[in-house]
Amino acid sequence: MTQTTKPKLIDENGRRLDGRGPTDLRSLKIEVGILEKSDGSAYVELGKTKVYAAVYGPKEAHPKHLAIPDRAILNCRYHMTSFSTDERKILGMTRREVELSKVIREALESVVFLEEFPRSAIDVFVEVVQADGGTRTAGLTAASLALADAGIPMRELIAAVAVGKVDGTIILDPSDIEDKYGEADMPVGMTPSSNTIVLLQLNGKMTKDEFKQGLELAQAGIQKIYQAQREAIRRKYGASTTEV
Amino acid sequence: MSFLPLKERSFTIKIMSERVYKLLQQGKRIDERSPYEFRKITIQTNVVEKANGSALVSMGSTRILTGIKVELGTPYGDRPNEGVFSVNAELLPLASKSFEPGPPDERGIELARVVDRCIREGKAIDLEKLCIVPGRTVYVLYIDIYVLDYDGNYFDPSVISAMAALATCTLPNYSLVNEKVERVEGEYIKVPIRDVPLSLTIGIIKDKLLVDPCLAEENSLDTSIVICMDSASNVVAVQKNSPGHIPFLLMESIINIAEEQISKIRAQFKEVVGVG
Repeated sequence: MTQTTKPKLIDENGRRLDGRGPTDLRSLKIEVGILEKSDGSAYVELGKTKVYAAVYGPKEAHPKHLAIPDRAILNCRYHMTSFSTDERKILGMTRREVELSKVIREALESVVFLEEFPRSAIDVFVEVVQADGGTRTAGLTAASLALADAGIPMRELIAAVAVGKVDGTIILDPSDIEDKYGEADMPVGMTPSSNTIVLLQLNGKMTKDEFKQGLELAQAGIQKIYQAQREAIRRKYGASTTEV
Repeated sequence: MSFLPLKERSFTIKIMSERVYKLLQQGKRIDERSPYEFRKITIQTNVVEKANGSALVSMGSTRILTGIKVELGTPYGDRPNEGVFSVNAELLPLASKSFEPGPPDERGIELARVVDRCIREGKAIDLEKLCIVPGRTVYVLYIDIYVLDYDGNYFDPSVISAMAALATCTLPNYSLVNEKVERVEGEYIKVPIRDVPLSLTIGIIKDKLLVDPCLAEENSLDTSIVICMDSASNVVAVQKNSPGHIPFLLMESIINIAEEQISKIRAQFKEVVGVG
């Protein structure tokens, strides 16, 4: 691989490489219940980022010694297909995938009523089919929908999005190239109604003010994604008559 | 029939959480610290002679040993002019009954990756100075972190020990003779340190915050977050590292507390290690 030079990520008119403004989300497509055999599933497409999530359970915990007497265990695997990235990803779990599986699981554990299912296990699988930035956040958005689709009781949905910093500007929903050549990438997962953070990571350099600005931009983006999540659930299940 | 140890049962955790929270409301902690006070830090460097750099750091009774071994290797294809470093972390079974033998589990991997991000994004090392022949030969630094004794919060002392080991690490000097890389016997150079990024772990329990949780507190927290900052107080890495909710409105105080306390850790680091 030869050394590539950093492209200009924001032009004179404040437009990004794909024509977006700094606070624009890529086109978002969400579907619920698209995998036949799983207990719940969802598909999220954000620009070229394409992610499936499926849920199995609650079911008996295996092996049995892992079962917890007063709640369910939640397992989560975030995985990328070998062809999802520019260069082929090696088969099996990379260290990055192990870490992301952990932070996604911990985000989901914050909202699922695990105590409703003692001694059981709930398995969540996130499969990244194509990676163009924001795969963990799209994966978390999909996973929370898949849990809802499986009928597993949750405090609320989780919506997630990344923010970044490119050419000194804080942007919403960085693409792969913006992440690669940008100065910072910050994935954020939140509960949109109670306004709490359930996933937060930062990789890159931001001043304190930029960090705050980034969180606020993420919060705004998350509200948009949450609306799309609700519409996707309505499409599958019809309008709910009671609002909780 | 499986039972959780008493300490991990939900009622025990609930009772402990209530106690930790009640004390916090009065501005107190179970170990008599104030809410934003980290435990006593000790830093010893060059504790393992066979390593190129090493540091033993304790934060309260949590103890971390980091060693660095240096080799020559090839640079990454897209960064031909830069040296290479990699961070690995192991939660040793002698440190806690919750750690098991075997290859690093997700906690070890997370710890290593957070320390890696902190060093990389904090631009701690001038990697270009670790290049011997561009595109061909560079120094490769293996930064290996071992948790020796775990009484909560292994993140902050790990970052301190990795940085202390780096700052005191010596590299054998090489020169280029007839296109060949040759060792200059008896000569050593220092790792070029550009900045000292450091971290602070903050625990959240309802609307209250505390820093550097000890193990008993860690178990009763709602959640926790690690903030890494460089010497100019830029945020260089963040990791929410346990399940649970952080109210959005607490983020501002979290960042301000991190800035204030990290500067205190930095002052201590500078006093002992000499850079910072």
